[in-house]
Amino acid sequence: MTTLPETTTRKLGLVIDLDTCVGCHACVVSCKGWNTENYGAPLSDQDPYGADPSGTFLNRVHSYEVQPLATSAMPHPAAQLVHFPKSCLHCEGAPCVTVCPTGASYKRVEDGIVLVNEADCIGCGLCAWACPYGAREMDQAEGVMKKCTLCVDRIYNDNLPEEDRVPACVRTCPSNARHFGDLGDPDSDVSQLVAERGGMDLMPEQGTKPVNQYLPPRPKDTLDQPKPAGDIDILAPFLEPVMDEPKGFLGWLDRTLEKI
Amino acid sequence: MHPAPSVIVFTTLSGLGFGLLIWLGLGLPAVTGWVAFAFFAIAYALAVGGLLASTFHLGHPERAWKAFSQWRSSWLSREGVCAVAALLVMAAYGAGLVFFDTRLAALGWVGAVLSLGTVFTTSMIYTQMKTVPRWNTPLTPALLIAISLAGGALLAGEISAALILIPIAGVLQILWWVRGDGAFAASGTDMATATGLGNIGTVRAFEPPHTGTNYLLREMVHQVGRKHAMKLRGIAFGLGYVLPVALLLLPFSHMLAIVAVLAHVAGVAASRWLFFAEAEHVVGLYYGKR
Repeated sequence: MTTLPETTTRKLGLVIDLDTCVGCHACVVSCKGWNTENYGAPLSDQDPYGADPSGTFLNRVHSYEVQPLATSAMPHPAAQLVHFPKSCLHCEGAPCVTVCPTGASYKRVEDGIVLVNEADCIGCGLCAWACPYGAREMDQAEGVMKKCTLCVDRIYNDNLPEEDRVPACVRTCPSNARHFGDLGDPDSDVSQLVAERGGMDLMPEQGTKPVNQYLPPRPKDTLDQPKPAGDIDILAPFLEPVMDEPKGFLGWLDRTLEKI
Repeated sequence: MHPAPSVIVFTTLSGLGFGLLIWLGLGLPAVTGWVAFAFFAIAYALAVGGLLASTFHLGHPERAWKAFSQWRSSWLSREGVCAVAALLVMAAYGAGLVFFDTRLAALGWVGAVLSLGTVFTTSMIYTQMKTVPRWNTPLTPALLIAISLAGGALLAGEISAALILIPIAGVLQILWWVRGDGAFAASGTDMATATGLGNIGTVRAFEPPHTGTNYLLREMVHQVGRKHAMKLRGIAFGLGYVLPVALLLLPFSHMLAIVAVLAHVAGVAASRWLFFAEAEHVVGLYYGKR
């Protein structure tokens, strides 16, 4: 049924930390690796080794340059590079679900995961049009819509060791930029992280009410700004020069050369 | 958006076909026998031809019947239900006219309402897309219904009605274009809201996720043809609205009427091509393409 559930028991989703993501694309690779050989049709590639390669991915990492406005204190502020992983946000008001004519797209009542039943998908592509985030991609070989399943075949999988029962992207992230949990429970680790760091919705004006949250980058050090008063760097004293005058052979050489 | 030929053919032809069915359902013109057969054959060829064309862009056309199930939530499903209901009712009504010289008026009215409903539900598939600000306006159903009624009147030979409806459609077309040109900026969705990074500074796409293209870029970030958009608008407006009205104002001849119909269809097809080619999807923002 493609009407959305009124509420879901849990709201499983991801919290993505834009401060710590290093843009290594490991999540992209592990996502494709897991999902091409598990739930549903494989994620096909077209012309993968040719001149015009393209393929189906459920998770992609963009990179943005953010240029702060110049101020009198900082006439030439340095631009900031932000790596930006993007996958399905498992929205509470998922517009992709309600447009589906066959009932292939649905949002689960028990955990809020948005899934596609590929046996019912006619490949009309309307759900991809309805998604503002570009989370859904039509597989060109299979003719059905593919999207992030939140690794539904890992997170409940008793055959996996417990530490592996998280989405592949979360498990693989080397910089801990991706967190998985229940965003409907205010006491969960992910909810606390969102509260602490000011997690945000992408495109809130679209009214999709995304479950996945993004943590904004922390303010950066500003090397070109005047140093604030006081010793803010606890390591600085340890890096002070330990000797002003050279000794030994170098000292003799220094003194001799001075005399010439 | 990618202007897929199947969808352009579908919306143009089936809009025209269901427009003709609306007029036939109302008994305008009041035809029976072989003349009615000819009218119904044209209407069904256009409506069914368009519907068949629309299945060409499906990944799995053999499962298309499943699309009748989700009428509670999906405009595409409602369109399918409406279209089949309209075609069945109008077939019964048409059979009465063609074979029994009997006009079952009430059945005709039901068929006309269902045909109008089909055009409306088709237009709502596009109108509902908040992700495409150019489409997301009540002007979209108004325009598509006006074009369908005007084209139907033209095909039905209801000249006086066509002379009123074609200019109305033309005015709506201009309004739709003018509003559409500012729609993306007015939607409030931009790089800042897409990335949430706007409070740090100006956001610019630095590096895309991949060096090649992908489904999203091909389907929703289509940029071809914008260069000639104004010329095409002129062609669409001239052929679709101005020329048919001018030809209808001349002394009537079947030859001129055929030219008027062909010009109108060509103009509407050009307008429909622009409907897709000019539509900007917000996902383009993530790729820095807006």
